[in-house]
Amino acid sequence: MKRVNAVVAGAGAAGGVVAKELSTAGLSVVLLERGKWYTAYDCRKDDLRNQAVSVLGCAFGPEDEGHPRVWVDEHGAPHTVFPSESQYQNDAACVGGGTLSWGAQAWRFMPQDFKMRSTYGAPPGSSLEDWPLSYDDLEPFYEKAEYEIGVSGDYSDDLFHGPRRRGLPMPPLPPNHEFEILLPAAKRLGLHPLNIPMARNSVPYNGRGPCMRCRWCSGFVCETDAKNGTHNTVIPVALRTGNCELRTECTVKEVLIDDHGRARGVAYFDAKGRLQEQLCDIVVVSGGATESARLLLNSKSRLFPNGLGNRYDQVGRNLQGHHYAGATGYFDFETYDDVGPGASIAICDYNHGTPGLCGGGMLDNEFIRLPIQMVDRLPPGTPRWGLGHKQGMRDWHKRTVGIHGPVQQIPMADARVTLDPVVRDKWGMAVLRISGNVHPHTFEIGEVQARRAAAWLKEAGAICTTLLAERPTLVSANQHQAGTCRMGNDPQSSVVNRYCQLHDIDNVFVIDAGVHVTNGGFNPALTVMAVAYYASASLVRNWKGTGFRS
Amino acid sequence: MKSESDKRAERLTRRQFVAASALGGVAVAVGCGTSARGSWEFLTDGQARTLAAICDQIVPADRFPSASQAGVLTFIDRQLVRHFRGHQDAYRDGLEQSNAMSRKRFGRALADASQEQQFAVVGALEQEANPFFELVRTHTLEGYYGSPRHGGNRDAVSWRMLGLDEPPLRGRAQYDLTKDSHS
Repeated sequence: MKRVNAVVAGAGAAGGVVAKELSTAGLSVVLLERGKWYTAYDCRKDDLRNQAVSVLGCAFGPEDEGHPRVWVDEHGAPHTVFPSESQYQNDAACVGGGTLSWGAQAWRFMPQDFKMRSTYGAPPGSSLEDWPLSYDDLEPFYEKAEYEIGVSGDYSDDLFHGPRRRGLPMPPLPPNHEFEILLPAAKRLGLHPLNIPMARNSVPYNGRGPCMRCRWCSGFVCETDAKNGTHNTVIPVALRTGNCELRTECTVKEVLIDDHGRARGVAYFDAKGRLQEQLCDIVVVSGGATESARLLLNSKSRLFPNGLGNRYDQVGRNLQGHHYAGATGYFDFETYDDVGPGASIAICDYNHGTPGLCGGGMLDNEFIRLPIQMVDRLPPGTPRWGLGHKQGMRDWHKRTVGIHGPVQQIPMADARVTLDPVVRDKWGMAVLRISGNVHPHTFEIGEVQARRAAAWLKEAGAICTTLLAERPTLVSANQHQAGTCRMGNDPQSSVVNRYCQLHDIDNVFVIDAGVHVTNGGFNPALTVMAVAYYASASLVRNWKGTGFRS
Repeated sequence: MKSESDKRAERLTRRQFVAASALGGVAVAVGCGTSARGSWEFLTDGQARTLAAICDQIVPADRFPSASQAGVLTFIDRQLVRHFRGHQDAYRDGLEQSNAMSRKRFGRALADASQEQQFAVVGALEQEANPFFELVRTHTLEGYYGSPRHGGNRDAVSWRMLGLDEPPLRGRAQYDLTKDSHS
């Protein structure tokens, strides 16, 4: 197989951006993706089998069979779990990764989100740190992501985000009914509501039409291709350069290391199950926080017996995602208009600045609640089955509003993935073993956020509210998984430097949410993309034409 | 309290309800366990009758179809040889237990018991925190409120019941875009 300049392992939010940036700069790229390439025709609008509701499996990968993981409960007992189960902490496995089927909230982090430790100090038991990057470093790359991926929305009423040079390329979608109910209520409370920035066409953009406002959004591939991910933006651009080859259903087994301790390529199982080697100058690991850590840990060699980047036992630590907290409000009038994507309005008043709290998070109304997502969310006192439950569904499905949001997690070194000593996947490779919990202060912040959400709903006219403020006894990672390959200046407490380059191997990069030091109080995908643009720019700058030297 | 769309949905569904209940009624009455595919993939006819009794307590018929009338048995049966394979034993044992409970209390099989007696048995399963109850409840609600493509929620009857358009309307102009609603 012909040697190439770069192999990118994983065609998700980050890998797609990296492949595009390297191939347009003239590098030859092989983009390997373990999943398939789905298109708008694969939207089956299946309420029971998508990425948000997976009771009949994950529509966009991985399939349950052959892809187990091990989850260690709070008593230390291991359980084998599968992608359709919540303990698995699945994202997706397909071209576009999570950005194929996401809700598409495309937020920037705030300047403080990159300086959590210096802003608040590290709570006891946490591994809270500052990023080695600042918001200002990333600002031009946020803008690039917003324009190349395509984001609609309007930040002009937002008081809290950092400065920006340009507005968003598309206006927000017209408001839905929930927006019209929640907007005046937020203003009466002195809050600063804004349209959620969404990677979704509100007007024709990038050669594709606008959103048709259907019910099947978060968890589904968009039927009209109006939702933007790397699969329908940067990856097609990469392929059009002629410099990038996408190989789907190819699972990378390990990064191959030469006698001098540098990467010489990757070994992978192709679509027919054959073991292949692809030699290259640079390896970019972009498998998502959990699978990237697994690939590094599975890449054992004489010089790196504990895996790549793992000299100080840092790979896999600080696993985080988002703890979701909020409230559900029940109204005596119809609030639901069946107009997608549903989520429309947010407040960022509570992300930072509450005395006694180490951060906070954005609060927004939820994506459309499918009927099956309503069956366990009826008001307290409603029977769980029988005629009363059925009547409850009729009474409340269209008179319920949910407000919730991602609470910025306080990272912990013990929330982590390692390799399981026993369980193997269908290729015979060690699978991930997930252990640890969420820092208790994160839950405390969540409880405050839940009461704030309830107050907003009451102001909007809710006759009754319930709080979503649980304290689950497992890590939170899932679609927002981050933190396993921490970015930092100190090689002993981090895995990659600020350019996403392994501290001890100059031609191996980890570019995905794994490098996030903290994960913001926002859906993180736009930041994943911005970091990918930033790291790619540095990589291209240092590319010498025939070989890579940092 | 009832909105115009609720009323419309009820008118729409009444006809389907009559049709569905006629079909479902025949299947249960003659005990042939006929699904659209001709026979059950996992359940025996006896198990199907017991399961129908439980499912129809979880989602009973009112002016809209019950669980079994909406195809929930077909949904569960199909999945018991697919994604719910791991629950086969739980169903076998749970249905047996439910029947045994009915026989002990009321002297007859669950499927032959009265509505009140069936309600009492399902309530007792919930009271004793029987995991089979939670399993059947979850699967019944998934079948009834989930996607019709899996055999339950026949003709999207539960979605119509909730007042949702089915098929969904495309390209709706719901808003007056000439008004500035952001101010």
